[in-house]
Amino acid sequence: MKIVEILIMALRNLSGNKIRSLLTMLGVIIGVAAVIVMVALGEGAQRKVTENITAMGSNLVMVFPGRGNSRGGAFGGGEQLTNSILSVIEDASFHIKTIAPEARKNFVVSYGDNSMQTSVIGCTLDYITLRNYQIADGRFFDEAEINARSRVAVIGSYLADELFQDTDPVGEFIKIGVFRYEIIGVLKEKGQSGFGNSDDLLLIPLTTMQQRIMGNQRLSTVYIQADSAENVDKVYNQVYDALMEEFQDETKFNIRNQAEILETVQETSKTFTLLLGGIAAVSLLVGGIGIMNIMLVSITERIKEIGLRKAIGATKWEILSMFLIEAVGLSITGGLIGICLGWGVSSVVSRVTEWTTVISPESILISFGFSIVVGLFFGGYPAYKAAGLHPIEALRHE
Amino acid sequence: MAKAMIKTEALYKIYQMGDTEVRALDGVSLTVSEGEMVAIMGPSGSGKSTFMNTLGCLDQPTSGSYQLDGEETSELSEKEKARLRNQKIGFVFQSFNLLPNLTALQNVELPLIYAGISASKRQKIALEAMERLGLGHRIHHKPKELSGGQQQRVAIARALVNQPRLLLADEPTGNLDTKSSREIMAVFQELHRNGITIVLVTHEEDIAAFTERIVRFTDGKIVDDRRIEQKVIDEGVLA
Repeated sequence: MKIVEILIMALRNLSGNKIRSLLTMLGVIIGVAAVIVMVALGEGAQRKVTENITAMGSNLVMVFPGRGNSRGGAFGGGEQLTNSILSVIEDASFHIKTIAPEARKNFVVSYGDNSMQTSVIGCTLDYITLRNYQIADGRFFDEAEINARSRVAVIGSYLADELFQDTDPVGEFIKIGVFRYEIIGVLKEKGQSGFGNSDDLLLIPLTTMQQRIMGNQRLSTVYIQADSAENVDKVYNQVYDALMEEFQDETKFNIRNQAEILETVQETSKTFTLLLGGIAAVSLLVGGIGIMNIMLVSITERIKEIGLRKAIGATKWEILSMFLIEAVGLSITGGLIGICLGWGVSSVVSRVTEWTTVISPESILISFGFSIVVGLFFGGYPAYKAAGLHPIEALRHE
Repeated sequence: MAKAMIKTEALYKIYQMGDTEVRALDGVSLTVSEGEMVAIMGPSGSGKSTFMNTLGCLDQPTSGSYQLDGEETSELSEKEKARLRNQKIGFVFQSFNLLPNLTALQNVELPLIYAGISASKRQKIALEAMERLGLGHRIHHKPKELSGGQQQRVAIARALVNQPRLLLADEPTGNLDTKSSREIMAVFQELHRNGITIVLVTHEEDIAAFTERIVRFTDGKIVDDRRIEQKVIDEGVLA
């Protein structure tokens, strides 16, 4: 007997019991959809983070203050970076294109009745090009304003939207603490967040930040741009050596290159994706157990049918494959519906929450393949049981 | 003397029920010639059903020989027996055993599916068998929409589609009223006239009277085996 005939027979059995088939499939549908959505979210997060890190600027090496060697010293406890380090870094390598230090601190800023917390960043002229920012409106501060420690500010697009709404911010005054700063420019929206929202910031001259606000020479990050992608590692090593010579202690500074950060973050989000997918896979497994459950019930109900089929000439193999195809048919159909559902949910989620979701072909293939395996595995035992029934006992069963 | 369709020699079927040994078949030797119509009678527990199941290759005797159409069955594998049931034997059961989700026609087609016959051919053969049994207008009905007599006729059509040499019927009229019983027996007699060997189990004497030979079982043994004058129902029931 041809497998096609068994297939048709099995499908007829399934469609003869639509509600039950649907309920049985539900476990697999939800399982597959969950796997796809979870992986899509994870992959989306990973892609977004990657984009963000790339958007930070290109060919970057970053120097942060050291974490210190005390255990709890995350940020406060470490060594400070100050302006004096800039010349050390500058002399470290021929391949440095630009250096852009920043001094960053969170402040509540206000305009009229609106106020919000934002990162206030003191920076130099090269900062915006190095960080891939562009001026949307107005201008960036100039050399003279830096030297004069002027109270001028360039704000990110998010801040402009939140604080000024319909007013044109350029020319208005914003308050940082009690002091008023003139807004001379607005940055173009970057759309991604670096570490936090990269459009939620306020740039002022480094001199103003250090001397008027902080009252010290501390820097929170020094961005170093290498002259080409090939030289990033060289710059990293040379700056590292120079800093080692300066500090004589590895714990007193912290140097990272972009690729390294990218790798770490990707590693983290991959773990995250696996975790999410793994949790979802459990529900797929539960769906499989549901199939086994229903198949066992269905076999008990259809013992007489099995007996009859055997009496009119069905072989063990034919009974086995019929039930197996029923189980696999359920799981495959469930898998397909689950893929569509997962796809739909992912796009709805990304539309509603504006998270990036990425439906990867791998997640579709793996969850679909897994649902077939679930059908084979959990349908296998009931099918084997059905095929092994003695025709007489089966026929006598009431 | 016609060729033997069924030939059993010293068939034993012994179960172990706890400490007691049950002899469902206790040395049964019986020969049924080709084209005979035989009734098997006996009280319940006499072994007549076990004997039928053995004849149908549904049950394996503990020992003894059973030749069906000249072929020794005790050496056959499960698969070969399934093939034999499909090709040489037609079964008719007391409770019809039609699959409720399938239409009458689909039920009749079942043995043809297992025989590996193509879909188009299958439908033609099944349709012919149903028309022969006067069910041409009922092919798309589900079993529960048919009367008992009609259901049993569908079951007979199903038993006949593969043109078996032997028809085994286990209390075929047990669930039917007198009129339907008579109709079904008329069908069997007509099949018998067409040369099919028929063995049926019954406990009703008047049903047995429609056959030409009665074999009586008690305690797993044949206690009586006699030819009788067949009561012929002269109704042209088959188309």
